[in-house]
Amino acid sequence: MNGSYSLKDIKPGQKAKVSRLLSDGGIRRRLLDIGLIENTEVECLGTSPSGDPSAFLIRGAVIAIRSEDCKKILLHRN
Amino acid sequence: MGLTKSSVGISALDSGLEIKKQSENDVVVAIAGNPNVGKSTLFNNLTGMNQHTGNWPGKTVSNAQGYCRTEDHGCVMVDIPGTYSLMAHSAEEEVARNFICFGNPDAVVVVCDATCLERNLNLVLQTVEISEKTLVCVNLMDEAKRKNIRIDLAALSKSLGVPVVGTVARKKRSLDLFKRELDKLLSGKTETAPVSIKYDDAVERAIDLLSPVIEARTDGALPSRWLALRLLDCDSSLMRELNSRLGFDLMSDPEIGVALSEANEALKQSGMDAVSLRDSIVSSIVRTAESIAKSAVKKHSGYNDFDRKTDCLLTSRKTGYPLMLLMLAVVFWITMTGANYPSQLLSDMFFALQQKLTLLFTSLDAPEWLYGALVLGVYRVLTWVISVMLPPMAIFFPLFTLLEDVGYLPRVAYNLDKPFKRCKACGKQALTMCMGFGCNAAGVVGCRIIDSPRERLIAILTNNFVPCNGRFPAMITLISMFFVMSGGVLGSLTSALLLTGVILLGIIVTLGVSRLLSETLLRGVPSSFTLELPPYRRPQVGKVIVRSIFDRTLFVLGRAAAVAAPAGLVIWLMANVTVGDMTLLSHCSSFLDPFARLLGMDGVILMAFILGFPANEIVIPIIIMAYMSQGSIAQIDITQMKQLFIDNGWTWATAVSVMLFSLFHWPCSTTVLTVKRETGSIKWTAVSMLLPTLVGMLLCFLFTCAMRLLS
Repeated sequence: MNGSYSLKDIKPGQKAKVSRLLSDGGIRRRLLDIGLIENTEVECLGTSPSGDPSAFLIRGAVIAIRSEDCKKILLHRN
Repeated sequence: MGLTKSSVGISALDSGLEIKKQSENDVVVAIAGNPNVGKSTLFNNLTGMNQHTGNWPGKTVSNAQGYCRTEDHGCVMVDIPGTYSLMAHSAEEEVARNFICFGNPDAVVVVCDATCLERNLNLVLQTVEISEKTLVCVNLMDEAKRKNIRIDLAALSKSLGVPVVGTVARKKRSLDLFKRELDKLLSGKTETAPVSIKYDDAVERAIDLLSPVIEARTDGALPSRWLALRLLDCDSSLMRELNSRLGFDLMSDPEIGVALSEANEALKQSGMDAVSLRDSIVSSIVRTAESIAKSAVKKHSGYNDFDRKTDCLLTSRKTGYPLMLLMLAVVFWITMTGANYPSQLLSDMFFALQQKLTLLFTSLDAPEWLYGALVLGVYRVLTWVISVMLPPMAIFFPLFTLLEDVGYLPRVAYNLDKPFKRCKACGKQALTMCMGFGCNAAGVVGCRIIDSPRERLIAILTNNFVPCNGRFPAMITLISMFFVMSGGVLGSLTSALLLTGVILLGIIVTLGVSRLLSETLLRGVPSSFTLELPPYRRPQVGKVIVRSIFDRTLFVLGRAAAVAAPAGLVIWLMANVTVGDMTLLSHCSSFLDPFARLLGMDGVILMAFILGFPANEIVIPIIIMAYMSQGSIAQIDITQMKQLFIDNGWTWATAVSVMLFSLFHWPCSTTVLTVKRETGSIKWTAVSMLLPTLVGMLLCFLFTCAMRLLS
């Protein structure tokens, strides 16, 4: 296995559960506020026309997150 | 519902909030909620005001207040900025928290989006921790019903321990129940027993150590359990506020200090540091929200198949950008085609009236100078502003508002984030640019949605590169005069495409200048960002059209009277007061002429831009007025106007230069004042004026040189 499995690795239509947040500072708090805590289910909905950011369905709301930030949101493999 | 007259122009310059009660017995009600849940719509319908509303998060950026009468109470309603949390990570969260904690509201209404209730409960839970007098208003019940989401309001109220009421804030009538519930809460008829969030055992033990000591020191001014949590979480901004507003310096109190270090020690022993403590606090709230939502809501997500398909179309790799441009072009096309007829009608009407006025002045034997100053000066400029500028504005505005109301604008930000990130700026800048289409002052205020101070400043400094409503009617006029030979559908399509091209140029320059700023004055790297894409909503078509035409018409008329009338007088005086052998007008224009020629324009045009500083709407009318003071044609339609311009030496190249300069020159006075207030710095205000001016001069100069070389 090469590196960790993160939000950057799931494709549109795929779902996964959050295992850990590596982000820090303001973005970490923002992500927690929108309910992105451990075991929260996330679905990738699609990608912006230019390839970044991507949109995710998180607790019923659609949130766009840039790929650098996605890399720091680790997911459970299943 | 789009920009209104209270959100654009000079009233965009708001000041601090001071609660204005109409009588001693009035109560204060705060309206809180996540971004984009209809707080402002609720506020407007309760107070009869026209606070700007639109389907995108972060639109209300400061507190607004209005008055509402319920059966038993006179209420001062305060619309506070939308936030996801009250833990004060950002400026608007601080504003919201401070008002709930220190603004002494008699009740707090938390507005929730029924289509996304679980996420909204996070803020509800945080609010009830502070204030027992909370009313939860589950809004957008109609959208939820359409999406087959069922919410058991009674069960929700039971689990939260505070009253809950369902509303459709767009429909005034649905607010009666809301007002009744609010009355009951305010007069103490509703018992509240807010749910207490159960934190992790280690956190609970630390709270138990701290809260009795806090309780004793603060006399219960704020809930001690909540204060204990904030103290453990080292919320220094709250401690500062507490100190300055209530005079408690909790941090320097010895007894609290002892209890705090004991509590911190206990936390450390359970293996918690600052980060994991905060995570644990937030997670407990989110889990509580999750379990409450589970018991009260059937089917959670408001993001349905329709939204999914629409987003696929509007943001996909193949269709995202083309559709964006197409939409812009269609909006312009409708604007241009639709504006012709009313423009002509108004012009005819005003001309007929001018002849009546002339007869009146002749019959009264009025002196020649009075007739000249009032009719040929004030009246003519005023009516040109109205007949040339008003119709395109009155059409563009509601169209754009509809796009905003539907929820398309956040998708624009989503589509354009990458180019902005490349320029080391924030994708939300695209949203503030969209606001700039309406009014640059409003766009500059809107930049508050950008969290990073550096990126926000970039957005403020470049907002003027988007032509506002006051500028693009001039571009429409010039395009239809000089670049579109054929009439009919083909002609109007070409015009729309050309105008879209002009806007694209504005966007490209915005990106380029943002990049330049990021490399020079505002060096830095792009910060992290999250952007919420709200569900599409059915637009309130009728209401949008009526409101924006009505508001816009009044606003433009008001501004025309305030600015165009004096400008007309000044121009007339300048054209008729002779110093030496020339009129003042000739003196000024011949003074500016050599410089203006370098930019492909003439002295009159440059002077018109300078006199247009208070409002860009008057630039073209001033040019016409100044040219006409030498010749005389009575009524202006587009062919005569073109002839007048050609007689004064215009070619299509002149028109290009004027359009370039109109797109890139100093912002209007209102925008400058707004930038001054938003940045609080003379330096950045100066930069915001110099930057577009230099860009415009450079582009005009290069274009003129190229034209000279070619010919």
